[in-house]
Amino acid sequence: MSQGVQVVGVYVRDQEEALKFYVEKLGFSVHTDARNGDYRWLTVQHPEQPSFQLGLFLPGPPVIDAATAQTVREIVAKGAMPPLVLEVDDCRAACEGMKTRGVEFTQEPIARYGSVDASFRDPSGNGWKMLEARKGAK
Amino acid sequence: MQAQDPELLRRLLRAKDRMDAASHEEWPVRRLAEVSHVSEAHFARSFKEAFGVPPHRYLLTRRIEKATALLRDTDLSITEIAFQTGWNSMGTFGRTFRDITGESPGELRARQKSASHQLEQVPNCYVAAAQRPGLTIAVSEKRRREAGDTMASDESEEAP
Repeated sequence: MSQGVQVVGVYVRDQEEALKFYVEKLGFSVHTDARNGDYRWLTVQHPEQPSFQLGLFLPGPPVIDAATAQTVREIVAKGAMPPLVLEVDDCRAACEGMKTRGVEFTQEPIARYGSVDASFRDPSGNGWKMLEARKGAK
Repeated sequence: MQAQDPELLRRLLRAKDRMDAASHEEWPVRRLAEVSHVSEAHFARSFKEAFGVPPHRYLLTRRIEKATALLRDTDLSITEIAFQTGWNSMGTFGRTFRDITGESPGELRARQKSASHQLEQVPNCYVAAAQRPGLTIAVSEKRRREAGDTMASDESEEAP
């Protein structure tokens, strides 16, 4: 695939903390980690999804002003950012593994609507729904 | 609105998440404040400022949301649903349900069952959130307004 969405970012409160979370606890790998002064362009990638990058961005100057950045940090910490969905083969197994690595689950795996789903948050407050792929779907 | 410390907000969110995960349980402010590592007085004030509603009222909306889903998606009896979603009294459940949604549990069930389901492609928690009942005023206040009654408030009526 040569066309499509390449990067979607989430705002995080601390890029180092987010990097450790997505790499060490979720198994992502670093795609790009480029610094320019205080600015850091940081993206990670799911091991099975090479064409997509998840950006881990710090809200702040020079991209956005300090007051706006404070508002964004509040919104993230309140869990008010848009939904994120991670698809996995086995939701219960993934949940168990992530829990042993210290991931904060906000909903235990529940079987419903022909699938299994659970919820967790990253340290900043971004909320993920973890969905088990429906057998035979797509 | 004043700026709130993101670190505090993150801890308040944890308390909100805990209510979401177990809305059928009792969530006195003391328990919630412990989750957020703040004093009870600080918790109640900060939670309302952060999320727009007092913690207790937030819990009520979650219980009604859950009851609504069970009415729609299961054949459990209304008594069983009331019990499962954390109500100790059928009277309080029925009254609060009607006050918040505008119809009784039985009416809602009948209407939902006849409606077609076109939301199957949307992860169900987001569907549930989108259909969450709004509760911007206290249940007792809503009741009073609808009754055209202007008597003094009795917040204790709001307790589930």
